[in-house]
Amino acid sequence: MTRRVRIVVLAPALLGLGALFAWAIAGLPAFGDYRGPYGYVLNQVVVPLRHTTNVVMGVTFDVRGIDTMGEEFILYAAVLGVTLLLRDESGSNTVERHTRRLGSDAVRLAGVLMVGGGVLVGLWLVAFGYVTPGGGFQGGVVVAGAILLLYVVGSHRDYRPFRDEHVLDPLEGLGAGGYVMVGLAALASGTAFLTNLFGPGKSGTLLSGGSIGVLNWTSAFAVTAAMLLLFAHFLETYVAPLELEDAGA
Amino acid sequence: MTVLATLVPLQAVAFALVALGAPVVVLTRDPLRQALVNSVYGVSLVCLFVVLEAPDPALSMLVVSGIGYPLVLLTAIARVRGERRRAEEAADD
Repeated sequence: MTRRVRIVVLAPALLGLGALFAWAIAGLPAFGDYRGPYGYVLNQVVVPLRHTTNVVMGVTFDVRGIDTMGEEFILYAAVLGVTLLLRDESGSNTVERHTRRLGSDAVRLAGVLMVGGGVLVGLWLVAFGYVTPGGGFQGGVVVAGAILLLYVVGSHRDYRPFRDEHVLDPLEGLGAGGYVMVGLAALASGTAFLTNLFGPGKSGTLLSGGSIGVLNWTSAFAVTAAMLLLFAHFLETYVAPLELEDAGA
Repeated sequence: MTVLATLVPLQAVAFALVALGAPVVVLTRDPLRQALVNSVYGVSLVCLFVVLEAPDPALSMLVVSGIGYPLVLLTAIARVRGERRRAEEAADD
């Protein structure tokens, strides 16, 4: 196909897409316009009922807690799939690898400080998730990302405990299973699945929200372990073999 | 509403940064640089969400564009480059 023919084919398609796009944009509600009733209802209801000043967390872990459980198991299933696909059957996990370390001490020092700072920010995001913006999902990824930085600035050996499946698998199970356990505890106490168990507590403190705090931490564990498992498999399968070549060369 | 009004200039700047950043990502040809530029573009989106008073999407965007997406891109790039280098070495032998 020559360039000319391509342009002749492309032009009407592009024009049609452009017209549809312009039509769609023209039909959008005005900037800042919000029509749905749910946001207004939740803003009115969540803080008085659940005492979580971050309404988003009150919604995700209580009002629609069972959807969040489903989401957590989507992540669980995804990590399970990656693990099954990239499973290392050669047992090379036990081999101590000697890889090059970063040459610059300043970069390493800055990196190590960032690991500590990142973990702290992640834990803070988790802990205060239902008081200020944050939460188990985002905080968990931040913690895992900060730990991954240790691999970049350190070595395989420094990172070893964080890619050990004997540590990560129970943590992942505790996180995903803990969420269900909180739901079952409500069922056992004679109410509906995932009903908020403890009192709503004092608004704006860590003791607010009842079960929300527990669910928040279980999902943080599940997400952190899931991300670390993903990193471990990616590094083991895709990055470590390349580094081994570098070290040998 | 006074708070919202003072945010308007910031929102305009954040929108402009996003509008400028998107084509820069597309026009970067080298995949490794593109991954880095994309992360910077992600930070501009985070700023936009913050000044639009949406902190939770901002945090989600931060972890996706800062940690999740670059990791997948970088491992993929490392893999492809490693295989290409191996093929070149095989060709040299």
